[in-house]
Amino acid sequence: MLRCHAVSLPLAGALLFCVGLLSLRYGVLGIDIATVWDAIWDYDRSDQGQVVVRELRVPRTIIGMLAGAGFAVAGALTQGVTRNPLGAPGILGTNAGAAFAVVTAIYSAGITTPAGYVWFAFAGALGATVLVYLVASAGAGGPTPVKLALAGAVVSALLGSWTAALLLLDLETLDQARFWLAGSISGRGTEEVELLLPVIAVALVVALFMGRQVNALSLGEEVATGLGQRTALVRAIAGLCVVALAGSAVAMAGPVAFVGLAVPHIVRSVVGPDYRWIILYSAILGPCMLLGADVVGRLIVAPTELQVGIVCAAVGAPFLIYLVRGTKLAQL
Amino acid sequence: MRPDQKPSPTLRAERLFADYGGPPVVKDLTAEIPTGEITAIVGANASGKSTLLRALARLLRATEGAVYLDGADICRLPTRSVAARLGLLPQSPRAPDGVQVEDLVRRGRYPHQRLFDQWSKTDEQAVEQALKLTGLVELRSRAVDELSGGQRQRAWIAMALAQDAPMMLLDEPTTFLDIAHQVEMLDLLARLNQTEKRTVVMVLHDLNQACRYASHIIALADGRIEAAGRPTEVVTAELIERVFGLKVSVISCPVTDTPLCIPYRHNY
Amino acid sequence: MTQTARLCTASAAAILALAVVGLVVGDFPASARSAIATAIWDRGGEFDFVINTLRFPRVVVAVLAGICLAVSGALFQALIDNPLVSPDIIGIDTGAAACAVAILAIGLDTQWLPYAAFAGAVGTAGLIFVLSWRRGFSGGRLVLVGIGINALLTAVITYLLVRFPIERVSAAARWQAGTLSSSSWSDARTLVIGLAVLLPVAFLLIRRLRVMQLGDDMALALGVGLERSRLAVITVGCGLAAVVVAVVGPLGFVALLVPHVARALAGTLSGGVLLLTALLGAVMLLSADLVAQRLFAPTVLPAGVVTAAAGGPYLLFVLRRFNRAA
Repeated sequence: MLRCHAVSLPLAGALLFCVGLLSLRYGVLGIDIATVWDAIWDYDRSDQGQVVVRELRVPRTIIGMLAGAGFAVAGALTQGVTRNPLGAPGILGTNAGAAFAVVTAIYSAGITTPAGYVWFAFAGALGATVLVYLVASAGAGGPTPVKLALAGAVVSALLGSWTAALLLLDLETLDQARFWLAGSISGRGTEEVELLLPVIAVALVVALFMGRQVNALSLGEEVATGLGQRTALVRAIAGLCVVALAGSAVAMAGPVAFVGLAVPHIVRSVVGPDYRWIILYSAILGPCMLLGADVVGRLIVAPTELQVGIVCAAVGAPFLIYLVRGTKLAQL
Repeated sequence: MRPDQKPSPTLRAERLFADYGGPPVVKDLTAEIPTGEITAIVGANASGKSTLLRALARLLRATEGAVYLDGADICRLPTRSVAARLGLLPQSPRAPDGVQVEDLVRRGRYPHQRLFDQWSKTDEQAVEQALKLTGLVELRSRAVDELSGGQRQRAWIAMALAQDAPMMLLDEPTTFLDIAHQVEMLDLLARLNQTEKRTVVMVLHDLNQACRYASHIIALADGRIEAAGRPTEVVTAELIERVFGLKVSVISCPVTDTPLCIPYRHNY
Repeated sequence: MTQTARLCTASAAAILALAVVGLVVGDFPASARSAIATAIWDRGGEFDFVINTLRFPRVVVAVLAGICLAVSGALFQALIDNPLVSPDIIGIDTGAAACAVAILAIGLDTQWLPYAAFAGAVGTAGLIFVLSWRRGFSGGRLVLVGIGINALLTAVITYLLVRFPIERVSAAARWQAGTLSSSSWSDARTLVIGLAVLLPVAFLLIRRLRVMQLGDDMALALGVGLERSRLAVITVGCGLAAVVVAVVGPLGFVALLVPHVARALAGTLSGGVLLLTALLGAVMLLSADLVAQRLFAPTVLPAGVVTAAAGGPYLLFVLRRFNRAA
């Protein structure tokens, strides 16, 4: 079993490599593989194709990979810790919080560049998640999975309506925000990567080492305690990882739905319920899904582009319904 | 006395097969519920006790064979007319948040109300009677979720009583109750059987309680009937070994003269 | 019961008072006396246009829409046994919005907008029925399928909002927030027809719902035909929501919130509590619309924004109570 998963790891890696290559190759301007190759290893500033690859597509691809990994691993951790198959960072309010903060920033501070949004989005995601956690902790029994999901739904709905109000008050805010709100990784530079890479890298490494703890926790609070785990501590660390990963991802790519939900499920259907493998594979297949959706979005309505968030929802929603119709979720 | 006394219906299963979408749990089972008596269904875990009860109450549709209520296939009868004859109390039912005891009991009158009917005098009497029989008159305006386990179970029994069906099916009515409340519950059912001639069918875990309170026992093993009849006639050490795989000594209960099973210790 | 009756009387009085306020206040203030007179027996006069074309229909639409939404929410919450369910969460409103936003963003004739929105809501409800049917209905599955459909339709709306020029997009965004400011007598008539058909059915379903709340086994044992009853409750609930969204656009939180308030005041579901829910729905929407009109006057907010801003904090409070119970 273990050997089998280790063997398919290079396969997943190869898939990621191919999707990355596609992302560098396709777009409004068709560029052949040779030029892509040269742009990376033998950069020639005078070749327009190479400049496009180097200046636009490389940052876009890196951002897509980081955001994809962030969403997917955050989703896997959330599902494990809350024992809820519908657990996804969006359910804990990250997306709504980031959207609210970004729209507020556009409305009141007039910030208009994706790089400028980054910290607002990150802070918004963090704030909303903390709020969800506090609300869910109120009352007896602490933050149980059900209470977390309910609190997340309410806080998201609330922030969503306030965001809508801000968008209505000012035409320019709406014009600016609508593209960010759709979820997109185009027009990003290396700046965002430099800002968020350390955060996401640390959180990813911590998450990869948490597999065993999440395995115990996914058996339930009492069993985990019985196995000698300090559940509150594990939950807190996992929560920090989720916020860091999902917050960075939403800061880079906007509120993209379904990557965090769908990828861990796909992974689980292949590698089984062991979170050590689920987290690892999510970190590889998450980027595949996000970048794949982005490439599809670039090609499907050429010469314009479809935002990656729209493509992800269009693919992810039918998948969710398929999942719900399966017997696995029938008891929910 | 119940407000409108009806004769207890007859209930029987013929060549019944039932499952939950997998392999059959109840297999080729034929049984007759004696009218006006207390029947206990006993058996090991996963022997099909609850499945049989659910099929008898038409909560589960037979895959083959049928259950007949007063001679008619129970799945073909209008569900409301079945409900007027046959009441059911599932295992650990859940009351809506904050519902009061009386409100819960009133909901049991559903099968007797037609679409445009007002709340009638008969309805009111049935509810009062049910509260009185279960000793809940003082607790009527308390919220069900604030009651103790025994009181809560009594509230549900009261609801089933208000349904005023001459036959009642109960799935493990004594689970989660301490020994005193268990006896209280079973005494209540015995009283209902004696004074009102209601037919009672229940799944019971405790073999000795089944022998003590039931006049008819159906012992299941692997979805089939292993034995059926009066406890004094069917409950033998040999039957218990076949049904539960447990060696026991059967003696006569010093209090009621019904069979009492005392298990031996396993010596490995 | 008398408690519920008292609360209903108080709510009805509040509706009347708020309606008068709705007739009086505005950019052309009228005295209560002349406003009522103009509206009811003395048509014509200096306020005729302001009262009878602008304010009176708006008040009536707010009352009717509030009733529809609150009853719809109460039906859904009783059916699905989850205090956070309402027709807008499972995508009924989003379906209507997708059609309406398409018309506004593409720039088609807006005369068809209410019909398109209604068709969108009904079509979405139908799709959710079909997709969540699998050897019968389950409330949980219905909600989850609804969430999926909701996300898909949201993606469609996002696409429309990104794709088309900002002037048309802003009209679409405004419609999406739900507003009563362009209410007319024909809107009121549509709502009256919807209520006349669906509200009596809703009240007739209460007895069934009270039994269904005891769980599937218990409901079956008491003689409720589960599948048919569920279908009826969902049809009525969706119908009420669809009529409102077609006429005034999506109004968040009324359907979600008002049943909670009614439950907290008068207890678990019964005919009387449903009546109270309906009246409180009218109170909430009337007052939200008044606040929306006057808070930042002369800038008029959409009523939906006010219901959401006021409803959110209360919902957090409800959740805390729910926490304690869980």
